[in-house]
Amino acid sequence: MRNLLNVLVIVLSAALGLVLIGVILESPSPARVRLPEEVLMQIGASGVTHPVTAVLLNFRGYDTLLEVMVLLLALLGVLAQMGKQKRENPSAEFYPTEPRTQVLLWLARVLVPLMVLVAGYLLWAGGHQPGGAFQAGAVLAAAGVLLNLSGLLPSWMEPAWNLRAGLVSGLLVFLLIAAAIMTTASPGLLLQYPPASAGMLILLVETGLTLSLGLILAGLFLFLSGDAIDDEADK
Amino acid sequence: MSGVLIYACAGAVLFVFGVTGLILLPHLLRKILAFNIMGSGVFLVLVGLGQRDGTPDPIPQAMVLTGIVVAVAATALALALVRRLLHLTSKIQFPEEPESSGRCWKNN
Repeated sequence: MRNLLNVLVIVLSAALGLVLIGVILESPSPARVRLPEEVLMQIGASGVTHPVTAVLLNFRGYDTLLEVMVLLLALLGVLAQMGKQKRENPSAEFYPTEPRTQVLLWLARVLVPLMVLVAGYLLWAGGHQPGGAFQAGAVLAAAGVLLNLSGLLPSWMEPAWNLRAGLVSGLLVFLLIAAAIMTTASPGLLLQYPPASAGMLILLVETGLTLSLGLILAGLFLFLSGDAIDDEADK
Repeated sequence: MSGVLIYACAGAVLFVFGVTGLILLPHLLRKILAFNIMGSGVFLVLVGLGQRDGTPDPIPQAMVLTGIVVAVAATALALALVRRLLHLTSKIQFPEEPESSGRCWKNN
């Protein structure tokens, strides 16, 4: 019975795949609304010169705002799993005298400042080439994970006030700028940056987002890596 | 078939693989991996269809950037939940349905 169900699922999925490929190949291009040309026409008023950054941070800034909220929500979900479990720090069992550990420690110490520099460059370069807040935040998070895996940064436990402030600061900066714009420059319109100061506002929002995203994405790993799993069977 | 539609078709194939894996595989970690493959398939379809006319379309690319980051966070949350399930039941599978779950009105 189970094998029959498996075969049925596979056959139905193959049929779904063929239908999707048929739709992709047969669907006509949209005739009237040409979105890439619309974006390129309005890019002068957006404050940046790269179309993807303009779409992410200006034209569809509301999506980016909600995305940061979703990331924070995922981190809160991970934090909620941290019960009163036994916390062991894996970096405490690190042996810093072995030769291959020495190489790892040296490499981590050389690479991490370079990664911070690359994150800063990606944040700045997002205005005119591929880059921006999310890429820079991901590089910062990778630096944090590298430090944790090589034993230089202990895993995170219950976050203190400074970590909590860092985690929410990007979202708060974004919300404050949105509220300030909604009350002064474009009353009643959400996230409608005035074209004269749009570039500076986008850079400000992206800086806050970089810091917050680095902490959130690193926290998604670091809050879990210090957690010891006790199996129910071992008790 | 235009050259760039191969990406969209590959995305559809990946999506179907992911759906099949999500339904058929009992191990939760593999379900999470299948879900990620589904997500990658959807991203490929979005970006591939956007390039259909030759010029890259920035709006689906921005949506895919958002989607990748949200998929990373959702995978982390799913893995945290799997760890919690492992801690509680010492197994990485959905708990089996009890045999008498449909007969609770029977007084025994």
